[in-house]
Amino acid sequence: MQGICLYLHMHQPIRYREYSVFDIANNHNYFNSEYKSRESNEQIFKKVATKSYHPMLNLIEKNIKKYPNFKVSLSITGTWLEQAKKLDPTLITQIKRLVKSGRVEILGETYYHSLAFFFNRAEFNYQVQKHKEAIEKTFNVTPMVFRNTELAYNDKIAKWANTKKYKGILAEGWDKILKGNSPNYVYKPVGCAKTRLLLKNYRLSDDIAFRFSDQSWREWPLTADKYLKWLQKSCKKGNLINLFMDFETFGEHQWKETGIFDFINSVISQWLSEPTRTFLTASEACDFMKPVSEISMPSTVTWADSERDLSAWLANSMQKSATKYLYSLRNKVLKTKDQNLIRDWRLLTTSDHPYSMCTKYWNDGNVHAYFSAYESPYESFIYFMNILRDIEFRIKK
Amino acid sequence: MLGWELPPHNSGGLGVACLNIAEALANEGAKIDFLLPFNEDYSNINFMNILPVTNHIHFSQFVNDAYSSSKINPKNIPSHNDGYQIPIRNIQKKYCKYVINYLKNHRPDVVHAHDWLTFEAGIIAKEKFHIPLVAHVHATEFDRAGMHTGNPIIHEIEYKGLVAADRIIVVSNITKRVIHEKYHIPLEKIEVAYNSLDKNYNSTYILDNNTRHTLENLKKQGFTIVSTVGRFTLQKGMPNLMKAAALAISKNPKLIFIFAGDGEERNKLIEMSAELGISQNVIFTGFIRGQKLRDIYAATDIFVMSSISEPFGLTALEAAHHGDTLILTHQSGVSEIICSALKYNYWDIKKLAAEILAVSSNPVLKESLQKNLKKEHCNYTWTNLAKKCLKIYSQVVSD
Repeated sequence: MQGICLYLHMHQPIRYREYSVFDIANNHNYFNSEYKSRESNEQIFKKVATKSYHPMLNLIEKNIKKYPNFKVSLSITGTWLEQAKKLDPTLITQIKRLVKSGRVEILGETYYHSLAFFFNRAEFNYQVQKHKEAIEKTFNVTPMVFRNTELAYNDKIAKWANTKKYKGILAEGWDKILKGNSPNYVYKPVGCAKTRLLLKNYRLSDDIAFRFSDQSWREWPLTADKYLKWLQKSCKKGNLINLFMDFETFGEHQWKETGIFDFINSVISQWLSEPTRTFLTASEACDFMKPVSEISMPSTVTWADSERDLSAWLANSMQKSATKYLYSLRNKVLKTKDQNLIRDWRLLTTSDHPYSMCTKYWNDGNVHAYFSAYESPYESFIYFMNILRDIEFRIKK
Repeated sequence: MLGWELPPHNSGGLGVACLNIAEALANEGAKIDFLLPFNEDYSNINFMNILPVTNHIHFSQFVNDAYSSSKINPKNIPSHNDGYQIPIRNIQKKYCKYVINYLKNHRPDVVHAHDWLTFEAGIIAKEKFHIPLVAHVHATEFDRAGMHTGNPIIHEIEYKGLVAADRIIVVSNITKRVIHEKYHIPLEKIEVAYNSLDKNYNSTYILDNNTRHTLENLKKQGFTIVSTVGRFTLQKGMPNLMKAAALAISKNPKLIFIFAGDGEERNKLIEMSAELGISQNVIFTGFIRGQKLRDIYAATDIFVMSSISEPFGLTALEAAHHGDTLILTHQSGVSEIICSALKYNYWDIKKLAAEILAVSSNPVLKESLQKNLKKEHCNYTWTNLAKKCLKIYSQVVSD
């Protein structure tokens, strides 16, 4: 039996607005900006819902009905859930139907899509618990497999997942972890009796997520026939292919016009045209496949950039000082017991915020290739720091 | 090449740009005769022939900013030689006559004309002598008039020159858009070529003692120095900077604003600073250049370009060279090529004030901007510009 574990990540941050120095101590609205502004959460969510969430969920539902062996795993952040409930609740209804079918699994993660694991373990635990409760309440299922924000993974996170009795944890199948081994097997993280490690097949995943519409790629245009051949070839080295990517790959990163929906539709039907091939949820992969060996990864690996590390979030001095300032306020914020203040602070832990302060690609002069809700990494930093100053003001009040 | 000034006898960026372009072109193998409307000693320049069109000495010594304001035409320029005033139009007529005589004996491959000042001569070369014309626009009359309609005579000359030209070189996309939208010149005819820092810009030098003492004393007391350099004219948007200064000082009194330059808005700005109650935080230096100007750049923490319309904005590159943090309007051409700067729309006084406050109160932000700016401010070179010119020349010659 050969299986594909298709895992899609659903997330939208709650972006802060252009919070000016003149707002400090005057205005505590950090997140609601005008609908027309570029950082409007409502506008962005509605746009992506039309382009990606609706058509892709429809495609998934259609295939679930058509093929008994088609399965998908989703991770849905708390900030996505909140916005969907408010702006487009039919999305939730549809996901509920999918989960009820038993063939769509929801994974565990931090509610706020944060990197709290690296800064404050108590906060991390709180956010994972809050997410678990939100998933249980909305979808009536308990997450059994964990994915940390940005697939940030190391041995410590694996051990944490093991103590929390997760069946599995996801990570990037990066060469430095695998050291020549294939990602197409289930592994055992070092020192973990229960938890299994599922590694992203980044070549086959990124062929879809990043390269699909790249006309300078020598494999362009990518057809389902060609991709099927690659899948089959890859199966010679293990029988589990982990395709992990953003849900928005379908319709937003790769527009409908590129043919991405037809492509994935054909891949699903062609893959399932052979009885020896199937799809697996992340839990099923952990249950059915025997781990082939133990893997240790002391330093942190993510699924981002060619570096596959945390440098997109925590490398430059603005990101470091903003994050340090943020976490230094935690205890004081919690002591106030002011639920609005605490919620505001937690919304600031979302990893998209330091990401928007990233200057790695900013200096190339390649401004147009850079997508951000803010005019520049510097503006993002200014607004974030202003908000933290206002939070300090509220703490003292 | 038809030019109007060359340093050190220049009143602004035009002469600097012309000199650097000509030298880079010569280095790429171009042979250049450079026509100038006045006669000064340029024996230090040997990469091209400089041909004086008149025997006057350079006129900006008498009238600051003689030809870049919308009020040029009625303004008369005193002549050193004649002892009475010569209108700029008379000099332009002489310039045209010289070009006619010159072209009777010479046959250049291309005539490259800089700004409206030389466009009439360029048109003659194109229409009477059928020599391909490349018009180089460093600023339009709309820029000088703060995006309003300027002097109608200048508009007419500018328009005719742009229509006659085979190709147009502009210093930014902003200028490209202005020329397209206001003069309806097809976009395909217009090529953007960004300027660079003056090749002769001195990188190592020592602060002038007087300036250093005053400014460094202030810095020791915790003041942040914010400065701007330019003509005090409508185009530069200085009153908005003054209003932003007052707003910023209300939050952080440890700010000093240096207004370096001179122009028709000077008295208005001085009055404004008094009315806003921030006179003690504002320094007017008058018109400065060379060493003194560099002292200002060197002492500056934040350099602001507040222009309502700035085709390029060389002063920002100079300030960057001295390690200043930049705040630029989106309406400046230089903001198209600099990423590591804070930007705002010229009318957004509150945002400008907020950006000044952010840099002055946040060392991490200031250092990040400085560090990243250092890496990028030399990406555009005169050599690349010259190569672009040569490519355009060969295109117009073969057309």
